[in-house]
Formats: sequence, C-alpha cells, structure tokens
Amino acid sequence: MATPEDNRYAKSHEYVHLEGDVATIGITDYAQKELGDVVFVELPQVGSQLDAADELGSIESVKAVSELFSPVSGEVIEINEALADNPALVNTDPWGDGWMIRIRVTDPTEIDELMTAEEYDEYIEKESAH
Amino acid sequence: MTLPDPTASSSSHRYISNAGEDIREMLATIGVDSIDRLFDTIPDAVKLKGLLDIPGPWSEIESRRWFRGLAARNKTAADHVSFLGGGAYAHYQPAVIDQLLLRAEFLTAYTPYQPEVSQGTLQSIFEYQTHQCLLTGLDVANASLYDGSTALCEAVLLAERLTKGKKKVVLAKSIHPHYVETVRTYIQNLGLEIVEVGWGADGRIDLEELRGATADAFAVAVQSPNFLGVVEDYDAIVGATEGLTRISVIAEATSLGVLAPPGQHGFDICVGEGQAWGIPPQFGGPYVGFMVVRDALKRHMPGRLVGETVDVDGKRAYVLTLATREQHIRRGKATSNICTNEALIALAANMYLSLLGKEGLREVATQCLQKTAYLRAKLREIHSVELPFAGPVYNEFVVRTPFPAETILGDLEHEKILGGIPLGTFFDGHANDFLVAVTELNTREQIDTFVTVLSAAISRERR
Amino acid sequence: MTAIAETEVAQKDVAQKSAMEPLIFERSKKGRRGYQLPALDVPEQSLDEILPAALRREEIAHEVEVSEVDVIRHFTRLSKLNVSIDAGLYPLGSCTMKHNPRINEEIARTPGFAWSHPLQAEHQVQGNLELLWHLEQTLKEIFGLPRVTLQPVAGAHGELTGILMVHKALAKSGNARKYILIPDSAHGTNPASAAFAGYQIKELKSNSRGTVDLSTLEAAVNEDVAALMITVPNTLGVFESEIKAMADILHAKGAYLYCDGANLNSFVGIARPGDMGIDVIHSNLHKTFSTPHGGGGPGAGPVGVSESLVPFLPTPTIERREDGTFYCDFSHPDSIGRMRAFHGNFNVLVRALTYMRSMGPTGLRRIAQIAVLNANYIRARLRKTYHLPYDAPSLHEVVFSDKLQTPKDVHTLDIAKRLMDYGFHPPTIYFPLIVSGALMIEPTESEPKEELDAFCDAMIAIARECEERPELVRSAPHTTPVRRLDEARAARQPVLRWK
Repeated sequence: MATPEDNRYAKSHEYVHLEGDVATIGITDYAQKELGDVVFVELPQVGSQLDAADELGSIESVKAVSELFSPVSGEVIEINEALADNPALVNTDPWGDGWMIRIRVTDPTEIDELMTAEEYDEYIEKESAH
Repeated sequence: MTLPDPTASSSSHRYISNAGEDIREMLATIGVDSIDRLFDTIPDAVKLKGLLDIPGPWSEIESRRWFRGLAARNKTAADHVSFLGGGAYAHYQPAVIDQLLLRAEFLTAYTPYQPEVSQGTLQSIFEYQTHQCLLTGLDVANASLYDGSTALCEAVLLAERLTKGKKKVVLAKSIHPHYVETVRTYIQNLGLEIVEVGWGADGRIDLEELRGATADAFAVAVQSPNFLGVVEDYDAIVGATEGLTRISVIAEATSLGVLAPPGQHGFDICVGEGQAWGIPPQFGGPYVGFMVVRDALKRHMPGRLVGETVDVDGKRAYVLTLATREQHIRRGKATSNICTNEALIALAANMYLSLLGKEGLREVATQCLQKTAYLRAKLREIHSVELPFAGPVYNEFVVRTPFPAETILGDLEHEKILGGIPLGTFFDGHANDFLVAVTELNTREQIDTFVTVLSAAISRERR
Repeated sequence: MTAIAETEVAQKDVAQKSAMEPLIFERSKKGRRGYQLPALDVPEQSLDEILPAALRREEIAHEVEVSEVDVIRHFTRLSKLNVSIDAGLYPLGSCTMKHNPRINEEIARTPGFAWSHPLQAEHQVQGNLELLWHLEQTLKEIFGLPRVTLQPVAGAHGELTGILMVHKALAKSGNARKYILIPDSAHGTNPASAAFAGYQIKELKSNSRGTVDLSTLEAAVNEDVAALMITVPNTLGVFESEIKAMADILHAKGAYLYCDGANLNSFVGIARPGDMGIDVIHSNLHKTFSTPHGGGGPGAGPVGVSESLVPFLPTPTIERREDGTFYCDFSHPDSIGRMRAFHGNFNVLVRALTYMRSMGPTGLRRIAQIAVLNANYIRARLRKTYHLPYDAPSLHEVVFSDKLQTPKDVHTLDIAKRLMDYGFHPPTIYFPLIVSGALMIEPTESEPKEELDAFCDAMIAIARECEERPELVRSAPHTTPVRRLDEARAARQPVLRWK
C-alpha cells in the first residue's frame, strides 16, 4: 500500500486525515506491520480534550504494546467502536476501517508541522536501516 | 592459600559434570590456556584471593545428619496435636500429590513461555484457573500470586488503578494483621491511605463504622472467615459500600467448600491464600496466593493468565495470554512486577482440588464445621472459659480464660498439644485470648483431651 | 537426532493426536470419588444450627468427580507434554536452569520442617530459626555485605524490597528523590519494581559493548536520582568492569547502587558484590542456588544490604543470643515493614541452604568457573555460524542474533521452534531488547560437554537448513504435540476457563 498523499504523518507513526476541521487519526501501515497482530486498542473517551503529542491511548499486539500519541490538538468527537470486537482491522485496513479516533481540531494549521507522505517514506526507510 | 586447580580430578563435584580432560579440550576450543583468563573482565581489585569462609562441601550423609538434627529441635504438628490456625492450617494431604509433584517434568520445568513444549504446565494452570472461578463465583483467575498477603496488595493496587483520583482504601481490622502490615509496606510511597474499620461485639465488622468510612475511598476489603474466625455477612457489607470496589479476602481456602462464594454476593475481586488446599504449613512458605475477578477487570489483572486457543493444525492448545499487562512487555507500566510466582504450589493445590472434587471439598469443610461446633459446645461447659465473639464461625474461634494465653498454652504444650495462637500478639487488650482452629485431622479423642487438659490447666492456675 | 532433522513437513499422525489429554473437567463422571476421609466421629449437629443457610453455598456446580486413578493418569499424561531440565539442556539465558539436587527435596520434606507453623512460639521452632540464621550468615559471606533479609519470595519481590529500603533511607535524610536509573538492557521486573516503589524511571542507553558508559552515568546522576539498578554481569553476560567507578559516581551524589543478582552464577565465589561498591543486591535462589523452577515458582529473592541500609530491613530479623538460642527481632523502628505474611518461602530457603552446604566454598567457586567455561565453549563453537552483536567477552551466557539468517527470511522465532525438533528447549528469545532477534543462551555448570556439543551441532544443522531449506525452519516445529499456536486469537478472544 503506497503511503496516501492526502494524510500527514507523525514521527510516532500516527497519521492525520483532515477534512474541514475534523481530523481522522490512525496508525500507518508500517506501524501495524511492526506491531504484528493487534489484539487490543485502548481509546480515549468521547469528549476528552487532547493537546498535540498527548498520549491518547495504547495499542497491544501479542508481544508488544505501544502508546498512541495525538498528532493534533482538539476534542475527541468519535471513536471507532468496531475496534473493540475486531482489533484486526488495524492490520487489514490501517488507512480505512482501522481508523481510531476523530478529533475536532482547535487549529487546522497544526498539521503543517507534520510530515508529508514523501517525508514519512524517507523517515521509515532510515528507521528500518537500523 | 592456593586455590584449587579446576582441572584436577580432586576438584570434581557431583552436580557439575565437566572435569579434567573435557575442561582441557574446551579451553583449547575457546583458545585460552586457563579458566582464569575467562574472568579477565572482572578487575583484580575485586577478585577474591581465597575461598569463601563457609561450611562444606558436605556429603548427603552429613547433610542429613545436620538438617535432621535441626528439625528435631522443633516441636511441631508432626509430633504434637495441633489446633493452630491464624492463616496457616493443617489439612489432609493426599499421598498421590507429592508423588506427582516430584515428576521431573513438573518439578524441573521452566515458565511455559514456549507453549509447544509446555502444554502440561499450561493445561494444568488453565484447569486451576477454572477451579478458582467455580469456588469463588467470579469470572477470571490467574495462575498464582506469592501468597494471601501480597494478593491483597495486588488487589488494592488494581482497585486504585480503576478509580483514578481517590486515595483511601477501607480495610477491616479483622483481616489477618500480617496482610494489613504488608499492604502498608506496599503502598508506603504511593500516596494512598488505609482506613481501618473495627469489629463489633459479635466479632463481625462494625457496619456503622464501615458506612462512615467509605467517603473518598476507592475500595473496601473484608476477610471471611476473619482473623477472629468469624464469618462475615457479605450482603450487609455490600449494602454499606456503594460505589467502592469490593475485595473479599480468604485465608482459609477450604472454607469455600461450604461458605457462600463471594462472587455471588456482590464482590468484584476475591483474593486469598491457597495453603489450606493440601499444602503443609512449612513455617510460612512456599504458599500460593490467588486472585479471581469479574470479567470486566481481566485486563487489569496481575500475574500470568493461560488462555485456550488452537494451533496451526486446529488442535486445542493452551498459551500464556494477555501478556502485554506484564512486566516483561509493559515494564514500568505493568499491572504488577511479578514474574516468578508459586507455580508448583499451585499445581499441588490443583491436584488437591481435582482429587477431592465436588463432594470431597464439601465433606472436608463440613467435618471442619462439625468438629469445631463440637469443641465449642464442650468449651462452653467449662465454667471459666468464654467464647467472647458470638458471630458464626467456620473452623476457628477465640477462646478466653482468666489467665494470660501464654500460660495456658504452656500448660497445653506440656501435654504435647499445640493449643492455639495468642491474640495479644496482634491486638492490645487481648492478653487472655487465643485462637483455636480445628480441622478434619483432629479426632474426637484429641478434642476431648484438649478440653480436659484446658480445664485442668485453668484449675491449676487458679491455685 | 539426524533422522528427525531430515523429516519433511508432515501431517500429524494418530499417535501424536492421542498425546493430547482432555481437561480434568471433561474426565469427570458423576459418582466417582478420589478420596476418603474418616467417618465423622463427633455427634452431628444440624447445619442450620451451626451456620445459617444464608451464609452457606449450594453445591459447587461443575466441580469434578474423578478417581485417584483418573488423577494419576491425567497428570502423568500432562507431564509427558512438558520438557524439563532432568531430560536435557535448557539453555535459557538469565534463568540459570541448573540441576535440581534431590537431597534438597528430601530435606525440605523432613516432617519437623514441613509441619512447623509460622506463628508458633519461638522456643518451639529453634531448629527453623537456627537454619535461617545460618542461611543469612552464608549469604552474607557470598555477598560480602553485613546483613541479608530472607523474606522476599522472588527476584522481583526482592527488587521491590531493596528499592523501598533505598527510598526510606533517602527520605530519612530529608529527600527521597525522584528517579531510578535503569539501563535499556535490563530485565522488565526492574522498571516495574521501581515504579511500584514510587519512583520514575530514566533509561540509560548501553554503548557498543552493551555496557553503560561512565560518562553516560555521570551525566545522568544528580540529586534527583535515588539509585542505579544494574545487572552484573549485564543481560548480555558482559561484566561491567567499571563497576567500582560507577559506585563512586553514585555515592558522591548520595545515591545508591542496586544490583539485580540474577546472574550471580557467573561470579559466585570469584568476586563479591559488596567489594564492588554495591549497596543492595537480591539473589534468585531458584536460579543460582538450585531450588527447582517448578514451572514458574516458588522462588526466593533474599536481599543483602550495606551498613547504611541495615536499619530499613524488613521486620522481623533473625538474631542469635549469647546463650546460642535464636529469636525474631521486631524492634526496627525504621524498617520498611513486612514484605509478606510470615517468614518468606521457608522451604525454598531450606533447599537453598542444603545446596550451599553440598557445594561448600570450593563447589561454589567451581560453579562460576564451569558455568563460564560452558558458555564460552558454546560461544566459540557457534560464533562462525551465528551473528554476535556484541563483541565484548561474556561470562556465563552468550547472546547471538538472527542477522545471518534473516536474508533467507528465517527469524529467531523460527530457529527456536526448530530446536524443539532436535529435542532441546529453546534459549531465551527476543531479550535483551537492545538486540534485535536476540537468542540468549546460558548452559549453566551442570551440563556435560556431550550435551553442549549436541546443542551446538543442532544449532549448526539448523543454520544450514536456513540456507538450504528455509521453509522447513519457518514451519517448525514438526514433532511437538502442538505447533505454532494462534496467540493473537488467545488475546483477542480470551477464553480463560473451561465453560
């Protein structure tokens, strides 16, 4: 899966898809591959306020657990309930049905600080060369 | 002194296979001329120049002589009649259990991280988890914790994680004092506070005091039967503790054979000590702690969990699961730091529960109840003996005489009876009280003798 | 073993299917019984009179009814599904799977020990108190430290004990401080224990030798740091030669040096932690001192402390009077308190002391010598076949990685599973975290050369298979009762009990 051009990317491998002032957040295909089979996703309550770089929850595979960080600031307006029964969606469709939360952003220009698809591809290439 | 040469045959030891020629060959393969070279990274300044100053090496013959000599200096239930309880109980141990425990595949096996070669351990843990759920009426049990006291600590910490912000935990004063002390140790740097609630005249928790103590508390823990031996009223306690996580504590595990299961009476977590399930008293350990919780709490559980799954060929198999809670993955944010637990003791308890089963567990508990009731009835006939707490009991209760407990117990010891545990060791104002426990191992004759000797001791002290 | 090595991927056959044993609950049949108690010999009272029905339970629904024969068959068959150290090498790094002597089992079962009760009056248990006192003396000598508590029942329990003591000592001086420093190579219990003791963790990065640079440590130590927790040698088996200098850096800032003693097997009798400037150390008796692993415990984690931490030891301590009798001393006003009910895992301590007497001073020293010899022999035999990520000399364990095998898309997990087909329990995998695809091997001193050679031969054969027939390794194991369990399913849909 090519890295979608219309998203922005955080160094911690979350992506943001902004439409108007609503940001959809998930983790990238690279991240889900690194994690392995996802078994549980812990998400915040609807209505929580998050600042950029705040921990929004965690994601567990069989052998690892990672914190999830919000790339942007705003109020959580929706969470993906489907992940409770089917966490595997993060693996099978990270860009689509595997989305995690939707935020009403306080400042739409915040995403300019994040990486573009091209920058993110370079970034993960450097990381995996380790 | 010169240190021994490791390649000389006089240096060989029965637990260390490699000797002489093999050592020389191995050094050659490695490419060094002596074992000492392999320790070059340890600075000379810290290396020992001589041998440690400790006894040995002993042959098995010498070890048997010395250790048996030590054991012979003890006076125990092995050669005395015992009525000791206080959180450690003498119950029937089926002969088959030890035989099975000594099987190498159980005794010397490692933690079952590699499920393909550990199905024996994993399946038996899964069965043990099931037994614990059936007995307590709750949904999910773990593989084991260290003991009852640390299990209570883990439950308190779990409950605190559930309700962020509140800092107080209500503990019944009638929980085993060692358990309460251990909780104090565990929480000392975590900004939490214990609120203790005492007992009423009947030996049960004071419900009024309990109701008043629950403000700002995140959990309440109550032991039943409690340290005084009294059986608590779960429903009344639940009624007085709205909004708190409710923890039940069980120090006498066989009581579950006849007493109401806490999970069916509103408790969220049940912790306790499994020693009474056929484990000898062993001067306090190794024992086995247990924790069973409501399904909703399973991801917060400390300790190992074994789950059922299938393998690549579709066969049913068992595996450690939900491991991301644990220290080896979660590290600083783990639900607990526990790694090594009490697996072999849990296996022994598992075998006990399987052997006794539905009927046996009830029969053991019923015999404990009946023999205890018999002793109490006889004690009530002695003029200066009092049973100060009127609440119902299982197999343990407080006896009061006009004299210091140690004096009376000394008289009983003289007749080779370990008559009880002084309550004054734990609580002020109880110098003349002691705890007496009765199990299925105590015969009618032993109970009658206890009463006779106690009565005579009181008469003697009176003079 | 070579015949098995040449086996192609095969279907499970009937014999192997029948190796699986039903659950005891599935064996249960109404009316069976596995026990007998003596008939009730006291007059029977009505249960309602003894204990109101509201406090009693109904029957224990779904509990089992099986015979003694059923139980023996069941557990015997289950045991045959396990691998164990009695049957062969268990090369698990950091676990010290050494021989478990049977005299230890016999001594622990002496009735005078097994039937002693933890709350008995002191004069009734002098044998036990003397035993504990002697164990403390022996551990004091091994550690080179003035006092040892025997209460902790596992390594992690010992870690919590030690860090709580550090906290209390510092609090008494006016400032408990905020941080514990822990290398990124540490065992997971270290940060977990530090967190439970009320500290935050600062991770120190290892250098290219896998050890901690003095400059890294110096930069990190300040008056907010309570202690450094390190494993000596570290989890790569490499001895931190600068250990005394590390201690000096910490002590200069009033901080403590905690040693995770899991790897004591590599230098027991050769050097002493107390002489290295270590202030507090726990030892795992179920590792270094041969008490059996039992599938995951019981263990014991006694903690040795330097003079400044003595007042904070858990209560009670065991003391000897001038007349040679022993007692429990509860008068420790600065103690951190009790770490557990009663006295700790007494009958594990009995086994450990039996072992220490069986070894004596010469035997203890030989343990370290041969443990280190055995591990370095494996290192020498395998270093051309497997990648050694860290070149530094290692002591009692060696860490390889799968770097030479991954080009064929074979990974550490696959190698571990294939080893099972050769009859070995795999080494520790994916730990320490600083090595990608780590294979951590610790043979211990018990292993004879033949067993080490068989293990190395198997590892070399597997490496060749990775080159020539990688799919055989990737689909391993082929000969175990179950293969490649679906762990994701176990975590996504947890089934944690029968029914």
